[in-house]
Amino acid sequence: MNNLDKVKKIVIEKPLKLDCGKTISNFPLAYETYGKLNEKKDNAILAFHALTGDQFVTGINPITNKNGWWSYLVGPDKPVDTNKFFVICANVIGGCIGSYGPNTIDPITKKKLATNFPVITINDMVNAQINLIDFFKIDKLFSVMGGSMGGMQVLQFVANFPNRTKTAIPIACTASHSAQNIALNELGRQAIMADVNWNKGDYLNSECSPDKGLSVARMAAHITYLSKKGLQEKFGRKLQERDDLKFSFDADFQIESYLRHQGSVFVDRFDANSYLYITRAMDYFDLVKQYNGNLSNAFKESKAKFFIISFTSDWLYPTSENKEIVIALNAAGANVGFIEINSDKGHDSFLLDVPEFLKSIKNFLDANYKIL
Amino acid sequence: MKKEFQIISDLIKNDTRVLDVGCGDGILMKHLKENKNVDSRGLEISKENVQICISKGLSVIEGDAESDLKQFPDLSFEYAILGQTLQAFYNPEKVIDDLLRVSKKAIITIPNFGYWKIRIHLLLKGTMPVNKHLPNEWYNTPNLHMCTIKDFFNFCSKKNINLFRSIALHEENVSEINNKNLSFKNLFSELGIFLVEKK
Repeated sequence: MNNLDKVKKIVIEKPLKLDCGKTISNFPLAYETYGKLNEKKDNAILAFHALTGDQFVTGINPITNKNGWWSYLVGPDKPVDTNKFFVICANVIGGCIGSYGPNTIDPITKKKLATNFPVITINDMVNAQINLIDFFKIDKLFSVMGGSMGGMQVLQFVANFPNRTKTAIPIACTASHSAQNIALNELGRQAIMADVNWNKGDYLNSECSPDKGLSVARMAAHITYLSKKGLQEKFGRKLQERDDLKFSFDADFQIESYLRHQGSVFVDRFDANSYLYITRAMDYFDLVKQYNGNLSNAFKESKAKFFIISFTSDWLYPTSENKEIVIALNAAGANVGFIEINSDKGHDSFLLDVPEFLKSIKNFLDANYKIL
Repeated sequence: MKKEFQIISDLIKNDTRVLDVGCGDGILMKHLKENKNVDSRGLEISKENVQICISKGLSVIEGDAESDLKQFPDLSFEYAILGQTLQAFYNPEKVIDDLLRVSKKAIITIPNFGYWKIRIHLLLKGTMPVNKHLPNEWYNTPNLHMCTIKDFFNFCSKKNINLFRSIALHEENVSEINNKNLSFKNLFSELGIFLVEKK
C-alpha cells in the first residue's frame, strides 16, 4: 500500500453525522473516474465497490498493478462503455485506499486511528459519497450500480437521495444482512482478532500486522463467493504438484493451495482493521428496520428505474433475497425489472466474465440512456 | 404486430397502468407505450425474453404468474393482460383471482378448444388436436387446462365476473360474442378475447 499519496481525493469539510452518533468533518474521500462527464452532465454513473474492492474499477489498479475489479463490465467499448458514460467510484469510508478509515492519521496523536475509528454503516458510506456527486456538480446521475455490498449502497443511496439518479442497478445483494451473512463475517473478524499481531488493532504502528488472521478471513470468505459446483468443476480432488497424498498438513489439494494463495495476495493489498469495520457495516445493514419494517417505504419517493440482478448459484445473497427487494419495489409502485442470471460461478459472478450478465447491463443502460 | 395484440391494444385506454403477464418479447408492451402512453410492467418466465424486453427499455420481471403475481399490491394496475397462457397454469382459477386483485380490469385471451377444426380433428382422427394455436403434441404441450369460449362464458357467470367485451377472432376476422351467437362463435372462432372485471 504505497502510492497512496497519488490517489485522487476530495476533503469533505461539511460535517457528517454518523449513525453511531459521532460527527466527522474535514475527512478525505478517495475516488477515481473513467470517461468524460458531458456538458449536460447526464452521463454519470456512480459505481459502488464491494467489501474488498476499491475505487479502481477498471484498467490497471495502480496499487496492485492488476486489472480493476469490474474490468469485464466497465471500460472503453465494454458493457458500461466509458466512451459514452462517465463512471465515478469512491473508496468507501472505512476503506484503506485513501478514504477516511482506520489508517487515517489522528491529527492530535499523530498515530493511525486504528480502533479509534468510529464504527460506520452503509448509510454513512453513501452519505459521504453524495459529496463527491456534489463536487462534480451533478444534479442527477444516470445510474448507480454495484454488487454485493455495492448493491446495498445502491439501495441506501436511492432511499436517501431519491431524486439524484435516473436508474439504479443493485446486483446480488440484500436489503437486510441475514444471520448467515453476519455469522460468516464474524468468522472473518474472529480470525483477525485471534492473530496475536492484531494487538487490539494497534498493529499499524509496528512492523507486524495480523497477516495470518486476515488471510484466514479471506480464505473463509472466498469459499462463500464460489458455488459448490464451481469449486468441484475447477478443483475436484486434484492434487497440488504431487502424485499422491503426503500424509501431512501441507497443501495436498489444489483447492488448499488456491485458498492459501488467495489469502496471501489479499494481505498485501488490504488492511485488517478495514476488514473489521467494513464487515461490521455490512452486518448493521438493515434497510427494512430503517424503514420500520416496511422496505417499500425506502423506495416511496424514488422515481428511478430499477434493474435487479441475481445469480442462480449465489448462496450468499440468493435470488430469494434479491426478490424481496423486487417485491418491495412493486409494493411501492416503483418501476422495476428483474432477472436471475444462470451461472455456476456463485456470488462472484458479478465480477466475472458471465456474458448473459454483462449483456443485461449493457442492454439496460443503452436502452434507457436513449429514452430517459 | 399480430391481430390479437391490435385488439387488446384497442381495449386499453390511453395513459393507464398495465401489467402484461407472460409478456414474451415485449412487442405488445412496446406498442402500448409508444401508441397509448401506457406505463407498463411485464412478468415473463423466460430469461431469454426478459433479456429482449430489457434491451427494449421495458420493465420486466422474471417470474411465474402462479407464484409471482402475489407481489403486486391490490389494484396497482388498471389492466392486466393474460395472452393465451391461462390454459398452461396449474390453477387458472387462482391466476384469474390474482389478476382481478392486482388490476381493476383483465384482458384474457384463450385459444378456443371448441373451434370446429379441433372438434373435427378429435372426432375423425381420434387424436389430440395440433394446429397453429396448439402447436404441441399431447406429451409435450404446456397446456393443462384447455377450455372453450363457452366454458369461459360459463366460468365468468359462475364466478361473478363481468364480461365487458367478448371478441372472437378467426383468422383476421373480428366479431363480438354475445349470449345469442355464443354457440355459433364457439364453433367458428380460433381465439376468444375477453375484457373482464369483478362484479
